Amino acid sequence: MNDLTSKILNGDPRSIARLITLTENNDPQAPKIMKNIHPYTGKAHVIGITGVMGSGKSTLICELTREYRKQGKKVGIIAIDPTSPFSGGALLGDRVRMTDLAMDKGVFIRSMGTRGMLGGLASAVYDVVEILDASGKDIVMVETVGVGQAEVDVIKIADTTLVVVVPGLGDYIQTLKAGIMEIADIYVVNKADRPGMQQTVAEVQNLVDISCSDKDRKTPVFTTVAKENKGIKELVDEINKHILFLKKTKQFEDKRRLRYEAELVEIIRKRLMNLIFDEKKLEDTIERLLDQISRKEVDPYTAAEEILGKILK
Amino acid sequence: MERKIRVLVAKPGLDGHDRGAKIVARALRDAGMEVIYTGLHQTAEMIVEAAIQEDVDVLGLSLLSGAHMTLFVDVTRLLKKKGMNDVLVIGGGIIPKEDVPKLKKEGICGVFGPGTPCEEIVDFIKKNVKK
Repeated sequence: MNDLTSKILNGDPRSIARLITLTENNDPQAPKIMKNIHPYTGKAHVIGITGVMGSGKSTLICELTREYRKQGKKVGIIAIDPTSPFSGGALLGDRVRMTDLAMDKGVFIRSMGTRGMLGGLASAVYDVVEILDASGKDIVMVETVGVGQAEVDVIKIADTTLVVVVPGLGDYIQTLKAGIMEIADIYVVNKADRPGMQQTVAEVQNLVDISCSDKDRKTPVFTTVAKENKGIKELVDEINKHILFLKKTKQFEDKRRLRYEAELVEIIRKRLMNLIFDEKKLEDTIERLLDQISRKEVDPYTAAEEILGKILK
Repeated sequence: MERKIRVLVAKPGLDGHDRGAKIVARALRDAGMEVIYTGLHQTAEMIVEAAIQEDVDVLGLSLLSGAHMTLFVDVTRLLKKKGMNDVLVIGGGIIPKEDVPKLKKEGICGVFGPGTPCEEIVDFIKKNVKK
């Protein structure tokens, strides 16, 4: 197993891929290796890319990656798509837009299903960021699922969050709502060759102008046509500027602390859930309580207290 | 521990017909698998590289142009060269009967032509997946 650790630190793609699988499957071998690699993490700049489905996140990531490659940076990409709540299966299709990167040894792409997580990320994503970071990637990009209004977990993991919007999705009032429109470090209006671009830019700009969250920095609004590589270099410059800003204002440490907090909570949550739902000895109790709740003999709160009572003893 | 079967569905070569590949991808998704679809016009090198990064259990190749004896075999040979011996490779498309034994000899373990019920492919994968 130490062999796997050293191969990962040397950037070996097969070993990276294998450890990702182990963490995704909650394999008992994974935590030991994750512990080994942790001291080698923290160097990569983590960029979160979120936005509605079809807004061009994958294409944008492909173009950003090509720009970073020109600058000699190694890039890891985590592309998340939804897992079916019915079958547990998933169709992970983000690679289709990243074909140009397929043969570049300096790029590692991994597709992930959400596997039950609701915030736009996958449960193992914290581990995967650490793995790619330890393997020597300078940039790690996390593409969320296509989001609605409230899936904002990406800010827990990213140093820089890009919110991608496209022209023609509702009026000004949409930009004022809480949730997704609050989390951007940079707004990207993609597909800027479409009709309605100027209005969308004006609405987002307006939102920035009336918000007063950070006195030192106004959230910039960029326009791109990712498919034609328009506006990409300027966007990369802005992302690089943002990380310098974070470091200058000490917000960088805060963001990293937030990520570790989210990771810690996720590890504990997973372990606790396993303790309750994977343990065979509680299976009968849970089944009995579900029957009793259905017959109105017990209420869900009392049932939850009985189950928790058993594991906390 | 929740193991999920991961499948890469790929179209090597130059034919642009991916309806079959998409139907199979959808059926595997509905069977609870994680399906990575890579799109059209892939080279053997691109497919194998994606299979490595995605750490798939199964590689499904679809080809309708008649170049399967060249391109499917390119993929399995490259997989072998990279030491990826634990990936189950299956293929589909317009493949004459007489080619099937030759493909099997080259490591394409299952070959599924037009009209194959999707459940047959799902069952084959579940029975033969190597990990």
